[in-house]
Amino acid sequence: MSYASTGLKIDGVRISLNGRELLAVDHLINPKEVLTIMGPSGSGKSTLLAYIGGFLDPAFEAEGDVYCSDMNITLVKPQQRRAGLLFQDPLLFPHMSVGGNLVFAMPADIQPKAERRSQAEQALTDVGLDGFFERDPDTLSGGQKARVALARVLISRPAFLLLDEPFSKLDADRRAQMRELVFENAKRRSLPVLLVTHDREDALAANGTIIEVGSQTAGQ
Amino acid sequence: MLRYSPLIALLVLAVPVLCGLAGTVLPAFGYLPALGGEDFSLLPFGELFSQTGIWRSISQSFFIGIISTALSVMLVAGFVSAWYGTRLFKKVQYLVSPLLSVPHAAAAFGFAFMIAPSGFFARLFSPWLTGWERPLDLLIVNDQLGLALIAGLVVKEVPFLLLVTLAALPQIAAIKSSHLTQSLGYGRMAGFLLSTWPSVYRQIRLPIFAVIAYASANVDMAIILGPATPYTLPVRLVGWMNDPDLKMRFMACAGACVQIAVTAFALLVWILIERFTGAASRSLAAKGNRYTHDWGFRVTASVLMTASALIVFGGLLVLALWSVSGLWQFPNTLPNTLSFKNWMRALPGLSQPLITTIIIGGASVAISIIISLACLAREQQTGRNGGNRALLLLYLPLLVPQIGFLFGLQLLLLSVNAIASWTALILVHVVFVLPYVFLSLSAPWRAFDKRYDSIGAALGSSNWRIFWRIRTPMLLRAILAACAVGFAVSIGQYLPTLLIGAGRFPTITTEAVALGSGGNRRIIGIYAFMQMMLPFIGFLLASTLPALIFRNRRGITGL
Repeated sequence: MSYASTGLKIDGVRISLNGRELLAVDHLINPKEVLTIMGPSGSGKSTLLAYIGGFLDPAFEAEGDVYCSDMNITLVKPQQRRAGLLFQDPLLFPHMSVGGNLVFAMPADIQPKAERRSQAEQALTDVGLDGFFERDPDTLSGGQKARVALARVLISRPAFLLLDEPFSKLDADRRAQMRELVFENAKRRSLPVLLVTHDREDALAANGTIIEVGSQTAGQ
Repeated sequence: MLRYSPLIALLVLAVPVLCGLAGTVLPAFGYLPALGGEDFSLLPFGELFSQTGIWRSISQSFFIGIISTALSVMLVAGFVSAWYGTRLFKKVQYLVSPLLSVPHAAAAFGFAFMIAPSGFFARLFSPWLTGWERPLDLLIVNDQLGLALIAGLVVKEVPFLLLVTLAALPQIAAIKSSHLTQSLGYGRMAGFLLSTWPSVYRQIRLPIFAVIAYASANVDMAIILGPATPYTLPVRLVGWMNDPDLKMRFMACAGACVQIAVTAFALLVWILIERFTGAASRSLAAKGNRYTHDWGFRVTASVLMTASALIVFGGLLVLALWSVSGLWQFPNTLPNTLSFKNWMRALPGLSQPLITTIIIGGASVAISIIISLACLAREQQTGRNGGNRALLLLYLPLLVPQIGFLFGLQLLLLSVNAIASWTALILVHVVFVLPYVFLSLSAPWRAFDKRYDSIGAALGSSNWRIFWRIRTPMLLRAILAACAVGFAVSIGQYLPTLLIGAGRFPTITTEAVALGSGGNRRIIGIYAFMQMMLPFIGFLLASTLPALIFRNRRGITGL
């Protein structure tokens, strides 16, 4: 697919708050690879994700570039970066149906309406939610919501994935399942993945480079 | 005792409204024995519809209500979608928030002083740009189409709607949703409006309905800014209600029924508009277009929002300036001379209304805060918050046009000789103050970390002791803020004070509106200035007292 990515190159990115450096990352995430940023809450580990997505709070100072498919994405608006975001909460839009959430995320060049719907239905089938198109998101279980959120981000054809503790609210069983589903889909689509977590199990399951941040680890 | 508190709230809110409605509807159909109306008939309605220009008055009330609300909601939705989560948003938020406490009449006077042909804007640009050596003979304020009234309502309702929106936003993770939609490629505004606004809207729907009810039926702003030939329906109704010819009251009550119908119809039309825009937004969301080129709209939204706040602030400053101005000829931008003579002359007449205003405000706030605290304490005991029914009850006095039940209430109180008593006046203020006090107190009260109560209980404290020694001090800031909101609401009440006080309890607000027709800008400036200072002092006390009491406790003052 023409949307395949050549990797996400994090080139000398440093983020600090009031002159205190929170993290410094210099790393190339190849397609199908996962880079995990690990640290306790409050360590500023999510700021890297915010910087790459284009949402860093102006209170932070940041420098460095991020390249995706040879484009320096820090120079363009969040809208043009093609980041696929997954948060701790699924953040499904409650006034749309499950399918409505998916077609909202689908690129606009997929038309007509019937085609949009059939692609959304296929995407739901891919995450094991066959026939959920018309369902109200509010009637879904936590695990099902997480899978809809994944289907929604994948159908938007992202160039890379930014995962902000996406498994931390799931119970142990669902958690393992969901991890596998996310990483498997990222591999199948050749996406580079940046995962931010405080959970060592998540980090190990990601099976990639781990960067630890935060004052506690720094002191060890 | 505590267990009766919800019942007391119900009585205090629902009884005046429902009795008042009955007291309005019966005379409307000719029945009011005290004034010789023994038989039911449709004569009052016949008389009403034979008044000249009555249909124009009716349609004006309807259109002014719908249009001003629609513009206010669009402005708030546009601004929030364009800027939520940015530094600019915070700045504008700080600019707009204080305007909530400005009484409607003061805001209307300030607005009029800005836009009138001899107002501040005209002076600012004359004569060097416009060439005007004397004010244009043009009806800008009180214009035929009600444009000045619509604009005045918009600048006054926008701060209210913005604040209720701000209260709703954190509950729906709006910032993260916004990041998500932007990453999906959506323009900032489109992403917010399609994905997040519907959830926000659901939470601010009742406040919007209250705005429609107010805008379609308000009297004080319509007197100051609205069309005069003919007046809007509510203004004409109050005129008939206060007519020395008591027979006019039958027709006034019939008109109040029509006003209820007009407001209900406006709400109905609004619900249809909701349906339509909801369907349109769903269909746009399904199409997938990203609408990324929204810079022009974003700039427009911020400019309009800032301008709407600045025009009110400017108006208030001009009011203050008029109150101390000596000679101030057109087209001079500033007064030729300043003097306190106006104040010296007005002070003797000012003191009585001022005392009345403070007594009514203080008493109605005290009653409201006690009832609110008792209801919240009871809610904590039972674990039930009354849900939507309780919310509807709170909004009842704000959704029914004031005229609709105040006319009837006045007639009922007249018939039992309780009109123009302190008790009646304070209780009718409670009807409008209690909802605001409860609504602003309930959110922090419910968000209070219940583990503090548990710790208190585990240490052997009684519920009473927990309430006084733990909850009240920790929530003092929120309690005082709710009191300040209630006080501001009481100050702003025009119609209840006028009708239930039967003109014998002049307050700053009723005096200000009454003086409005006289057109003496210095006197208006003084009264409107007092009107805006009182709530301001209330908020100042509410924010400084906790800081003073807990000056050594950083955890409470947040300093």
